[in-house]
Amino acid sequence: MTPFPAGTFTPAPGRGSLGRMLRVQAGTETRMALRHGEHVLLTLLIPIVLLVGLSVLRVFPLPEPRVNSVVPSILALAVMSTAFTSQAIALGFDRRYGVIRRLAATALPRWLLVAGRLAAMLAVVAVQLVVLGVIAALLGWTPTFGGVLWALVTVLLGCAAFGALGILLGGTLRADIVLAVANLVWFVLLLGGGIVIPLAQLPAGLAAVAALLPSGALAEGLRGSLVDGTGPGAGPVLVLLAWAVVAGGVAVRAVKLR
Amino acid sequence: MKRFGATTAVAGLDLTLDRGAVLALLGPNGAGKTTTVEICTGFQDADAGEVRVLGEDPSGGPDGLRARIGVMPQGGGAYPGVKAGEMLRLVAACAAHPLDPDWLIGVLGLDSAARTPYKRLSGGQQQRLALACALVGRPELVFLDEPTAGMDPQARRLVWDLVAALRRDGVAVLLTTHLMEEAEALADQVVIVDHGAVVAAGTPAELTTSTGDEQELRFRARTGMDVTALAAALPPGYRAAETVAGRYVVRGRIDPQVLSAITGWCAGQGALADDVQVARRSLEDVFLDLTGRELRS
Repeated sequence: MTPFPAGTFTPAPGRGSLGRMLRVQAGTETRMALRHGEHVLLTLLIPIVLLVGLSVLRVFPLPEPRVNSVVPSILALAVMSTAFTSQAIALGFDRRYGVIRRLAATALPRWLLVAGRLAAMLAVVAVQLVVLGVIAALLGWTPTFGGVLWALVTVLLGCAAFGALGILLGGTLRADIVLAVANLVWFVLLLGGGIVIPLAQLPAGLAAVAALLPSGALAEGLRGSLVDGTGPGAGPVLVLLAWAVVAGGVAVRAVKLR
Repeated sequence: MKRFGATTAVAGLDLTLDRGAVLALLGPNGAGKTTTVEICTGFQDADAGEVRVLGEDPSGGPDGLRARIGVMPQGGGAYPGVKAGEMLRLVAACAAHPLDPDWLIGVLGLDSAARTPYKRLSGGQQQRLALACALVGRPELVFLDEPTAGMDPQARRLVWDLVAALRRDGVAVLLTTHLMEEAEALADQVVIVDHGAVVAAGTPAELTTSTGDEQELRFRARTGMDVTALAAALPPGYRAAETVAGRYVVRGRIDPQVLSAITGWCAGQGALADDVQVARRSLEDVFLDLTGRELRS
């Protein structure tokens, strides 16, 4: 006979609680993001190295204390790395390995599948903000309370814009193409998109383009919030909202979660 | 019915599965088995025809239906970096009254691979995790698409035991396979499909005895014996023939009395009936007869 006592598999179907599903899915995805070497390199190590390097080494002139000017760039980089590059790559490979189909075959509602991914993304961003914030403070960063609040709002807008783009990219192309495109875009935007080099120091034509990119808008919004103390400003907010709405709208149509 | 461009994957495939019964879709690769399962589980929509799963239309995969079924998709599915226990706990969290994931991991022999990321599990281990994911939510109805593909004989035996336990506990199972012995061992109902259509359906016993020549007995003896006399020595309805010199076949229902009569008749001829074999038609033979093709290709 079978080694399974009678009644072991007696049906008892039903959907689990929504809160628990969200918690377990977001927790699983967050843990995987934080223990995956390449993702950690992108989301934590490179931002930390740039934060320390640009603050300590006088590569190009910045007003003292240098760290105050560097932090907005690094936070913009951190958000782009997690919400866009890391998210797109993870989604591309998750699709290749069939996890979306696997979860779509459970009682997990589709909106919760998306919500769980977004919650995991926000959790990673929260870890980044804490780690980078502590290191910046050790380097002498002196933000104002109001500036930090504005920066958090800007970070959320940046997550929306980059997150929508990341889901659009990762949800539509083949995993290895996603990997190449997501890394290439990350590199181009880091150098030419207004993140490391502020718009004011880019050539005029490139600056005009970068101001309309999510990278330039996010970095300028964070500089306005943290350095100038004026808040992110209407321009960057509108640019980020526009990217979030357009990319999100296209993603809803183009990305198949079944 | 389901079409992909000019190719009709599934057409005129009528299935009925009772609660607590096991139905096997048996057919070669490309027969339309996976398409059928995907239509039943809401991953694809049929182009025509009617499908009801537990009384519901599965198209679009409604939440209510998905909470009642368990699905083992072909090729499984998990995060590439996830550990087996993490994945199963996530799927278990989607169910109201799940089985204990750690127990199931142990039952399926995955505890030795508990720390290995999914992408580095062997094909058989990935299959076992996929099976665990299909069962952990205690569903009423389970779809297993090629559940033993890529498994070693020991793991296959375990899956057979699991399916038997599911059936005993009142879970309905629809499984696909291209292994006739799997269908014969597990299923109450076997539906043989080819080119997206049913070519035969019934219990394994019905399918293997449906054409009337239920069994045959083959033996070797000296050449040139009188097969007409041999048939006359047996009850009415039995046929005997010498197929190749020295090789004989008797067709009919082979029971101990008939076997004894045959060997006794040979003894009366001064011959020893050697290399005696009683064969029953297998599902493989049935498939070959019906389609003119081998099942395994």
